Amino acid sequence: MNFDKELNARGMSCPLPIVKTKKALADMTSGQVLKVISTDAGSLKDMAAFAEQTGNPLLATAEENGEYVFYMKKK
Amino acid sequence: MTTKKMAIIATKGTLDMAYPPFILASTAAALGYEVQIFFTFYGLQLLRKDLSNVMISPLANPAMPMPVPMPVMVQMLPGMESMATMMMKQKLKKHGVATLEELRDLCLEAEVKFIACQMTVDLFEFDKSEFIDNIEYGGAATFMGFAGETDICLFV
Repeated sequence: MNFDKELNARGMSCPLPIVKTKKALADMTSGQVLKVISTDAGSLKDMAAFAEQTGNPLLATAEENGEYVFYMKKK
Repeated sequence: MTTKKMAIIATKGTLDMAYPPFILASTAAALGYEVQIFFTFYGLQLLRKDLSNVMISPLANPAMPMPVPMPVMVQMLPGMESMATMMMKQKLKKHGVATLEELRDLCLEAEVKFIACQMTVDLFEFDKSEFIDNIEYGGAATFMGFAGETDICLFV
């Protein structure tokens, strides 16, 4: 999937992946896609919750080699 | 959509109990909440510029997982608190958990409002110059003004 910005949240624990995602989105424009890579298993549920509560759609979630990849579109 | 609000009362000044207010506040702020933390009693220690005195004690803390079982008589020996604190900080770092300073900075950056309880500042004769800037001083009524309007209100 195409993306405009990548956030490397590997090795970070709650709440950093969420807080850093929020910060990364702040620098982007509406419609752009942010790719987030996390190793925190908790981020699977947390990113979905973040998307739902902030209204930024989570386009896709993937898990590969113990890493979680999220594609989030800025609303 | 109206902005959601969260208020937290932080009353503890130990390393373990310092985390929940900052974690919840920074997360809520990231989710778009307007957040205030009211620091009172030992929670005031979390507003010091220097957080190196925020420690964890294995004493009277039986739920704390220990690498080896340790009798209370040993836990009370001098230096045990520093050692436990050092080990806990190493563990937090290893697991990618932010330091208290980092989380506190993230809160401030996200415009979480910190209110220090004026009464306890006076009671313990704290020197305001030892606290970080950008905090307000107030009493219970100040806090209630905001807390009464919140969606989430927590006592830690």
